[in-house]
Amino acid sequence: MRQQVRILSATSVLGSGFSEDSLKCGIERDPLFIGCDGGSTDPGPHFLATNETAFSERTRYRDLRLLVMAAKSKRIPLLIGSCGTAGTNAQVDDMLRLLQRIAREEALSIKAATFYSEQDKEYLRNKLFNGRFTALNNAPSVDAATIDRSIRIVGMAGAEAFQKALESKPDVVIGGRASDSAIFAALPLQEGIPAGICWHAGKILECGAAAARRRKTPDCLFAALERDHFVVEPLDPDLACTPQSVASHALYENADPERLAEPGGVLNIADARYEPLSPRAVKVSGSAFEAASEYTVKLEGVERIGWHTVTFGSIRDPFIVAEIDDWTARLREAVDKRAASVIGAGVDWRLLVRIYGKDGTMGQLEPTPVVHSHEIALVFEILAPDRETATTLASMLRHQALHLPIAKWSGLITSVAFPYSPAHLHRGDLFRFNMKHVVTPDTPLEMFKFGTATF
Amino acid sequence: MTKLHELASLIRSKNAGPFDLTFDIMFEDQDSFRRCRMPDVFNAAALAPLLRVPEEKIKVFFSEAARAIKISIPRPVAQGDFGDSDGHGGQQYAALLDIDVR
Repeated sequence: MRQQVRILSATSVLGSGFSEDSLKCGIERDPLFIGCDGGSTDPGPHFLATNETAFSERTRYRDLRLLVMAAKSKRIPLLIGSCGTAGTNAQVDDMLRLLQRIAREEALSIKAATFYSEQDKEYLRNKLFNGRFTALNNAPSVDAATIDRSIRIVGMAGAEAFQKALESKPDVVIGGRASDSAIFAALPLQEGIPAGICWHAGKILECGAAAARRRKTPDCLFAALERDHFVVEPLDPDLACTPQSVASHALYENADPERLAEPGGVLNIADARYEPLSPRAVKVSGSAFEAASEYTVKLEGVERIGWHTVTFGSIRDPFIVAEIDDWTARLREAVDKRAASVIGAGVDWRLLVRIYGKDGTMGQLEPTPVVHSHEIALVFEILAPDRETATTLASMLRHQALHLPIAKWSGLITSVAFPYSPAHLHRGDLFRFNMKHVVTPDTPLEMFKFGTATF
Repeated sequence: MTKLHELASLIRSKNAGPFDLTFDIMFEDQDSFRRCRMPDVFNAAALAPLLRVPEEKIKVFFSEAARAIKISIPRPVAQGDFGDSDGHGGQQYAALLDIDVR
């Protein structure tokens, strides 16, 4: 059991970058391991549905190569969670392929341990049937049909998955979807550091230098954990952590700033204290972990909702701008009428008109939904079951919008400026996140599959 | 009358997962925080008309350590769903900027 566990967090997400100087400085402080988050739901449902990655292969390769070399040089493990944005099985395998390339190019032997987070639908249907499937606050409704029509569902692994993967003494852990904090909490928990300290430090570390005051660009963060406190410090000498910057990081992307749910319980930081140890380092104490009576794994699922086609246009005529709400309503009527005569009833399609310059950004939350500008931008969006129907609707929409009359002018007008030919852009299949639920497994590991690979 | 944005060091909005939106109002100094943490303004009932969300869906927190006020609401449209205008939820705080501070 160690008195102190030192941790190097590489950056906010693999592929977002960090300075080589910061990495070197962190390595010189003898961390027990390097951790790096690899994903997030932030880029949206597309990445869980398609296995594409939000950060390109080149950006991930750059970061991964430097981290693998640094970890190997110190013979310490590199732990990566939620690989490839959504932490799907294919995204884990894609990261393994990158690791293989690095091993070959750098003439290194690399032992990797993996865990996969995609969920079996039959398993989930049974959990739902047996009442071991629970909605969280503001969750959409889920039934067996939701599970059936999901393209993919991942479970968020906890610290146990990293601990299990580490049993084979790998150089690198390539994890599927996992709690961001678990990447950093897994090893110190094994070293006997109290859970409140481990999870709070994990929460601060998972975004890299984001917990520093006025971060310029993504970078590394370093922490030293002891039995009753942890100290956190950025490695870029131009950055500083302050008690407020560290305390406020717990607010970021969390609905509740004091109680943060993890698979095995809740991190309670209501009584946490933050003290400056130096102008750049902050000591944190008083964090508590309340173990849950039942272990839960959060699910993220995604389903296809149709084919998405958008048309961009703008209007400069002040008389059309002045009556834009009426114009939009009449456009909708005109498209409805044309669609009824061409597509017929029984086809589910939707038209949305965003008016930038009025309320395009905030929609119903907009406090001042009036136009103050001399021009407005319009984005017409169509959601239809398939590409052909969406194209039909987009062609109708362009033509109806182009020549929609207004009271001010007599004669045929051309009222929208469309910059592109064709005017529409096919965005492709559109997906939605369809669950915010937790499952209660019999054991923390039963929802995850483990493997190893040596290159 | 002083506006909230004149005293806050940061007013921001962000997704808290795909179904929730959270607002953070932060202060550099204790005086500004103390002045702005007005319980009659920052409570669910008073914020409901401003944020256009039913009162029971609004959560308000005051964090002494972070010198911050936090408000969380359900997203009007889930992140990335048809009709969502702001995938990261980052540009949704305009209604808070001009809150009057006594």
